[in-house]
Amino acid sequence: MSLVTRRALVGGLAVGAGGLLSGCDRLGRNPQFRALLDTGERGNYALQRLLQDRTALAQEFAPSQRSPIFRSNGTRVPGGDDYARHMAASFTDWQLVVDGLVARPQAISLAELRTLPARSQITRHDCVEGWSAIAKWTGVPLRLVLQRAGIRPEARFVVFHCADPQATGFPYYESIDRVDAAHPQTILAWALNDQPLPVANGAPLRLRVERQLGYKHAKYVRRIQAVASLDGIYGGKGGFWEDVGDYEWYAGI
Amino acid sequence: MDARTPPEHDTPRAVHGGQWVYRHRLPTRIWHWVSALAVFILLMSGLMISNAHPRLYWGAFGANFDHPWLNLPRFPGWATIPSTYNLALARQWHLFFAWVFAWGLFIHLVVSLINRHIKRDLSLSRRELAPAHLWQDIKDHARLKFPTGQEALSYNVLQKITYVGVVFVVMPTLIMTGLGLSPGFNAVMHWPIDLIGGRASARSIHFICAALMALFIAVHLILVVLAGPINEVRSMLTGWFRVPPDPDREERASPELAEKVRS
Repeated sequence: MSLVTRRALVGGLAVGAGGLLSGCDRLGRNPQFRALLDTGERGNYALQRLLQDRTALAQEFAPSQRSPIFRSNGTRVPGGDDYARHMAASFTDWQLVVDGLVARPQAISLAELRTLPARSQITRHDCVEGWSAIAKWTGVPLRLVLQRAGIRPEARFVVFHCADPQATGFPYYESIDRVDAAHPQTILAWALNDQPLPVANGAPLRLRVERQLGYKHAKYVRRIQAVASLDGIYGGKGGFWEDVGDYEWYAGI
Repeated sequence: MDARTPPEHDTPRAVHGGQWVYRHRLPTRIWHWVSALAVFILLMSGLMISNAHPRLYWGAFGANFDHPWLNLPRFPGWATIPSTYNLALARQWHLFFAWVFAWGLFIHLVVSLINRHIKRDLSLSRRELAPAHLWQDIKDHARLKFPTGQEALSYNVLQKITYVGVVFVVMPTLIMTGLGLSPGFNAVMHWPIDLIGGRASARSIHFICAALMALFIAVHLILVVLAGPINEVRSMLTGWFRVPPDPDREERASPELAEKVRS
């Protein structure tokens, strides 16, 4: 092997690597290629639904295994006068609206939600960024709220509208399918580690959907809407981060 | 592919330098290049994902208030996919090519069991694992003395140990710890991550195995260049390998020539 050939090879590799990188960025902007990459998300959704029993529980932990501090992420304090008023009044007037494809639309007060059967679970919160933290959550199972409202069979998704406005001009929102909506660990939590839910963690009510990543766990929930399709709801991709950042709608991995 | 019948590379028949030998079968070659592409993309998109939270912990959980055992540097744009910060897109790359990587490995292992690639080329004999033999191979590597003639046709013992370690330990561990990070998969089974101490530990081990893959690739590429890149790369593309000639032992490799020398 002559030196020249080796040098050519090394040079070729360097040029190739540079080309590969800018090529990757170009591919990442190509809609067809993005559609190909998206098959990974659909594959994970299908595989997990195939492998999971519908009611298969996310791991639960002992009180001693909790994180010393449960950090918050995203909105720390929602903006706007409306939320500030509720915060000042300790959320005594907070109402959860349940509407959309339901037989009996609801407006349930926080006090009444607390009287409904509650579930407590010590679970791990897995953020898409890579960190995780364990805490105890207490709240009403979502399926009880949906049963009370009489969710109709044609509703395929449940959308959570939140009280924290975003820089985009519309508030945070999220959505899940009927399988996760009916899951026993999917709760509307009003307590964290046996204390009223702190503002930074979504006071007075947040979603826990334990088999998915953190951004699906909508905080400051004030309206639940049953829908047949996610089209036409804000950006149409089923969630704030899905709309603005192209994060996966199914965040099970 | 050549019309000639590929000579079986484990036949005892002596070969001589310069002879063409069919060395890598088609399934191995396809898997090699598919995995090479997938692993590069997984490593580089993985570095971008690392940038989102460059701290590693042991245990069931780990976040900003917890003590990391390692603070990683922020990886620069030339090393990441995409080159500017975009966690969502890096995840799309990573999770798509994870499918390619995992199915590729699975199919390759099944095919290699059936076509006896594992048994013929990768299994280690007691003789090879003898300390004296191992030591000799370590010395040969240190002196950059590459096998020639017949010896060049089978993997040497350090090569076998490395390939076995990568294919049967590092790669499956990457897949299992990667799945262990998934909250959805966690509801299917969580004993694999319990076994290693929890999700934060699984993430740490995922990163360690990724670093071992990067190390393996670096050593692999250096050795390919030193052993003769054209011959090595060609053999992984076409399957055909030109046996490196050994001037000292060339007469022993050819019986007729040896006869002539003796007479």
